[in-house]
Parts: sequence; structure tokens; C-alpha cells
Amino acid sequence: MQIAIASGKGGTGKTTVATNLAWVASLNGQRVAYLDCDVEEPNGHIFLKPEIDDRRPVGKLVPRVDVERCTLCGQCDAICRFSAIVRIGDKVLVYPELCHACGGCALACPVDAISETSIEIGVLETGRAGAVEFAQGLLKIGQPMSPPVIRSVKATDSQADITIVDAPPGTSCPVIEAVRDADFIVLVTEPTPFGLHDLKLAVDMVRVLKIPFGVVINRAMPNGTDIRSFCKSRRIKILKEIPDDRDLAEAYSRGAVAAQALGGYKEIFADLLESILKAEGISK
Amino acid sequence: MKIVVTSQGPDLNSQVDPRFGRAKNFIVVDTETEEFTVHDNTQNLNAAQGAGIQAGRTVADLGVEAVVTGNVGPKAFAALQAAGIKIFLGASGTVKEAVKKFKAGELQDASKANVEGHWM
Repeated sequence: MQIAIASGKGGTGKTTVATNLAWVASLNGQRVAYLDCDVEEPNGHIFLKPEIDDRRPVGKLVPRVDVERCTLCGQCDAICRFSAIVRIGDKVLVYPELCHACGGCALACPVDAISETSIEIGVLETGRAGAVEFAQGLLKIGQPMSPPVIRSVKATDSQADITIVDAPPGTSCPVIEAVRDADFIVLVTEPTPFGLHDLKLAVDMVRVLKIPFGVVINRAMPNGTDIRSFCKSRRIKILKEIPDDRDLAEAYSRGAVAAQALGGYKEIFADLLESILKAEGISK
Repeated sequence: MKIVVTSQGPDLNSQVDPRFGRAKNFIVVDTETEEFTVHDNTQNLNAAQGAGIQAGRTVADLGVEAVVTGNVGPKAFAALQAAGIKIFLGASGTVKEAVKKFKAGELQDASKANVEGHWM
């Protein structure tokens, strides 16, 4: 079962929830994988402290034009939605950073003047963190296109019983790529106007994807009612409320997994995992 | 000589648009006669990415020899260079004034992009 942890707003506690879930899930002898798909700034490793035993480059295919063969017909330019390949005057220009690696230009070229060549855009690291199988992607600085790196992280998902996907914030392409194969999505939010605003965006996103989901309110306060009433009005299940707790913040700032380091949190996250499995209709 | 001036409005008295890729309008001016035509750039103005590249192509298709604008990013620069179009930066004020400065040789002939993409 694949569980994706997403949020809309950044900094709500995705990685806190994801790493704690991975840790508690690994306690009952199941195979658990943690995949850090927040490849622009993966930080699950700070908490899980994995031993990395394999590093490999991640490439992206971009077109290369054989100017001898090219007839300047412009078919490649016409098919590209991202202006990554354009014919201007008597030249065909390639902008690799804009290329989405769809291969359309090579197919469209009537004279086979376009071949595809790989450029390195990131790194995939795999290893273990105790009982948890660990993988993370790292997008190269200056590269704008993260989905190929996210795909490479997800491709490592072996036969784990429970796979936790730590998604990037937001609701755009990288998030969709990270969560699209999940059986269940956990949306982590916080009781602030920003948390609620971006939760609404994230709910709209998962409803388009038609994936079952629930909400976790992090730093929950007794009097904060906006998120609770939003969830109620939209018939969204609140899976768990994680209290606004100084001890939790201190454990976080030390890079500790709270469920391991603090009393009470093992139960909170085990209970959350149970709710997710139940909500998905899979009782352990 | 036919040149393009990026413009915020539809005529020679409009202000120069400091942006190239996301300029509101391209005004093609014949520097001898000061006759001009206006070309709308709304489509690129609203593009998420690739505005400079598409604007470069638009300008290349207009058959001009030079572009007069405020700033040009790296992708647009490469496109204009491929089309063999000269780039003059640092224009401001009205389109008419920019044309005058261009004719007087007072604008800087750019040898490379002067701003990063999405600079504004």
C-alpha cells in the first residue's frame, strides 16, 4: 500500500508525519519504504538518518538536432508546447531546461534529424534507515524540472508492504507526480489562514485525482475551529490532530523522530497509521 | 531600416515596455519614414514559460533588423541571435524618443543578455 503525505502549504509538517509513520509502521515486522519525493529540498534523511549505499545520476532525454539532415520544416517546433525546440530563421534552437522529455519532436521529425540524448538533472540515493528502506531524489541546483527525478525515486519502490511517499508542497506537476500512484493521501495542514487556504487547493487537487484522502491537523489548538468546520462542511475525515507541543518542536529541532524520542507520540502515529489503513479499507 | 520597439501602448507616443518577452506590443517602425504597425503580444504576455523565445520568433517573422527594448533575458537573446537580429537595450521614454535615440546611435548594442529570465 502506498501512502502519500502532501500538504498544499509548505512547512506544515509533511516530513514529520511521513518519517514518524514510516518508523511506527516498521515496528510490526512489515516491509516499509520511505521515499523522499520532495527532491528540491529532501530532508527526511535528517530524521531517519539512513545509510546510503547507492548513488546514481538521474537523466532527462532532450533532443539533439542533426543540422545536416534538418530541412527546417518546423514540425518539431509545432509539436512542442513548451518552446523547448524552436525554428527561428534558418536555425533550430533547443532549450534543454524547458524540455519535458516527451520525445514528441523526434517522432514528428519527418527526416529523422532529431535524436535524444540524456542530460543529468539530479541524483537518486538509496539505502536503509534501520528497518526502513530509504530512497531520496536530489534535483541539481538550477534545474527546473523535477518530475523525472521524482519518477526515479518512486521506481525504487520494491515489494514493501507499506510505502510512505513524502511529497513536495504545492499542487503543481511535482506534487501530482509524487502522489498520483498513491492508494491514500494524507494532507497535513496547520491552523492558520495560510494552512486553510492551501488545504482547500490541495483538497481540490486530490479530488481531481480521485484518490481517497484524509487530513492531519498539525500544531492543533483547542480553539482553532476553521479547519475543523471546513473539513466537516466538505465531509473530509480528520485522521488525527497533532498537538501544538513544545516538546515535539524541540525533538524536531534535534532531528529526532518524535515517535521514537518522546512519550506518547508512538501511540499518536500508530493510531494515525491505523486510521489510514482503516480508511483505505485495508485492516492490517 | 525596419526595427521593432517594445511598447506599452499602440502608437509612437506610448511608453517603451522595458520587457521584451512579455512586452504588451511590438511596434514595427520604419526609421526613414517613421511609418509604423502595431503587433499585439498578449499571447506571450500570459505564457507561463517560453515567452521570450516565442517573442523572439514573432519578431523574426516580422522581418526586422533590430529590436529596441529595455531588457532581454538569456533565452530570448539566443532566439534573436539565431535570427540575426540586433538587440539594443536600455530604451525608455516614448517609442518616438527611443527611435530617435536609436537613429542617433545612443542605445547600447547588446552583446549578451542583460537580465536573468523572469527578472520582473
